[in-house]
Amino acid sequence: MTETMHVETDVLVIGAGGAGMYAAIEAARDGANVLLLDRSLIGRGGATVMAQMTVAVALGAETPDHWSHHLKDTLEAGRGLCDERLARLLCEQAPSCINEMDGWGVGWARKDGHITQAMAPGHDRPRCVYVDFLNTGPAVSKTLRTVVNRASGIHKTGDLLVIDLVRVDGEIAGAVALHLGSGAPVTIAAKATVIATGGLTRLYRRNSASANMGGDGYALALRAGASLIDMEFVQFFPIGHLAPRLIGMDPIMWDPFRYKLGGRLLNGAGEEFTSRYGTDEGGRYVLTRDLATYAIMKEVEAGRGSPHGGAYLSFQHCAESELRKAFGPVIDRLAANHIDLTKTAIEVAPIAHYHMGGVAADDRMQTEIPGLLVAGEAVGGANGANRLSGNAITEAFVFGREAGRSAAARAKRMQLQMFRQDDARVALELLESSAANPAGVNTAGMIETLQATMADDVGPFRTKERLTRALGVIGELTSVIGERPFGDGGAFDMQRLDWFDLRNMLLVARSVTEAALRRTESRGAHQREDFPGLLAEWTANQSIRLDANKLSLTSVPALHQAAAQ
Amino acid sequence: MSMTAKLKVWRGLAPDAGHWDTYEVPFETGQSVLDGLRWIRVHRDPSLAIRFSCINANACKECMIELDGETVYACTARLEPQEMTLQPLSNKKVVRDLVTEIAPPAERFKRA
Repeated sequence: MTETMHVETDVLVIGAGGAGMYAAIEAARDGANVLLLDRSLIGRGGATVMAQMTVAVALGAETPDHWSHHLKDTLEAGRGLCDERLARLLCEQAPSCINEMDGWGVGWARKDGHITQAMAPGHDRPRCVYVDFLNTGPAVSKTLRTVVNRASGIHKTGDLLVIDLVRVDGEIAGAVALHLGSGAPVTIAAKATVIATGGLTRLYRRNSASANMGGDGYALALRAGASLIDMEFVQFFPIGHLAPRLIGMDPIMWDPFRYKLGGRLLNGAGEEFTSRYGTDEGGRYVLTRDLATYAIMKEVEAGRGSPHGGAYLSFQHCAESELRKAFGPVIDRLAANHIDLTKTAIEVAPIAHYHMGGVAADDRMQTEIPGLLVAGEAVGGANGANRLSGNAITEAFVFGREAGRSAAARAKRMQLQMFRQDDARVALELLESSAANPAGVNTAGMIETLQATMADDVGPFRTKERLTRALGVIGELTSVIGERPFGDGGAFDMQRLDWFDLRNMLLVARSVTEAALRRTESRGAHQREDFPGLLAEWTANQSIRLDANKLSLTSVPALHQAAAQ
Repeated sequence: MSMTAKLKVWRGLAPDAGHWDTYEVPFETGQSVLDGLRWIRVHRDPSLAIRFSCINANACKECMIELDGETVYACTARLEPQEMTLQPLSNKKVVRDLVTEIAPPAERFKRA
């Protein structure tokens, strides 16, 4: 086994997507030394880079607007479960972050001398800024990478997988990580630690985010003694690309097409169908994500789906010139995949896209454990039972900046590192141990089994029977992986990486499933077929903790304070 | 008989100590080489090392390899129903199998 390496920093940021990079920038600006790490490359993994278009912000550049209107729409989308302190922070601070990004040269689309703001479902007015063409995520990532590179005091390290946080006297004092490039264990002493690892979409078979988003930060927080909330609320993006096979494009690419051109959602027989489920689109894009997901899945269930089990999305009514004006180079990339939108409708279906739940925190991004902060999608509560379109990148900026500020303030207060090698021992022993891979067990196959179970039994529509079956599969897989990691522990040992991923994914999958089983109502992204309809007594958030390897769930009334003053 | 692609993949930890493994992979029109490599990990050999994050979007730029001697992204190179030879990038340090040291020097782990 390779020798353990040790590093020290004021602020440790785990995850280098939009939230992590913004946190690092802010902490460094406040004078802290920052270690920004990621399990893959800096600023290229995660979900930010995959964003196709909209970023919601009450700039008032297109039409007069105020953050309180944005907040009203956010709370409405959240179906009564938003933590209003967090939702307010998101909406109120959004303009300053969006303007700061503008100053850093992100290149928000402009017309007639002002930033363009598009209308998106669930918003009461045009509010979403973007970068053409389908380039919001790459442009945001590139801009933040440039600012991170220019900043003094930020050290960056890719290929570092955090195994566990280190808790000393009830506070977080750093972390133990695996350096994937060499297989060496690494201990990190930090005065403040920010979890910015994004969500859990990798738990599902079809998803729109990176393969490295398996809920790492949730598992780290749980094992460190923090609470998670709203874990049952997984957002499905209704019109993820389904067919024909399309490579080199993100599956959520059709969203911008709908923003700009409307498009027609049709069933297998070529009929418009959303009016059957209460919303007549009339060629415009007004259907919210939870309702659209419901309409498409019900249509498929009734035997009226498209050939691959989804719906058709048609732009056949649009002229070639109109398509080219709106999407320029993207039309050529589609042509390379043999897709001509003037001649064929493509097939779409719901795809796991975002997670509303996450680590419980206050509006300084402080979790229940001193020394542990959280940022971006990893934060639970701001979006309640369903996220408004455009709020994900916004929360990455706003929560990232806030977490960076809080982390730097704590680092300044602390004279000395609390980290003690002794308190890292359990995690180090795990990292240095090894078990034989049981015969016939394929770790990559196990991840696929878990993804299939989550998609089939813990998807947008849930029943007691399916959720119970899922818990059975999760339990079996958990006993197969056992207590010690597989593999030889060398450089880029994939089975070992899969083992540590399964350790996190299975714990997080259990959290989602148990919370879904306990919520006996239907609300937003959580639809129980055996409990249709929303119940007033469930206007509550479920909080989850890990005690002695067992999850404990409690309900707390939703926090409706402060915001609407 | 359904069509297959034959992927001949370089395996090893150092350029002078490697070998070739060949895998038959089910072929469907429109698939990427990365789809084939992911299929191998799930159905044949989970120890095969390949790095990627974004799966299909060509956003993370991690899956660069050499395909029949040319540098490609595995996620945008098309799988073909024929033999294809896959190697790690020859101008980068090999980490394992198809994984090479691609991070910029300032973003690699070092003792502070």
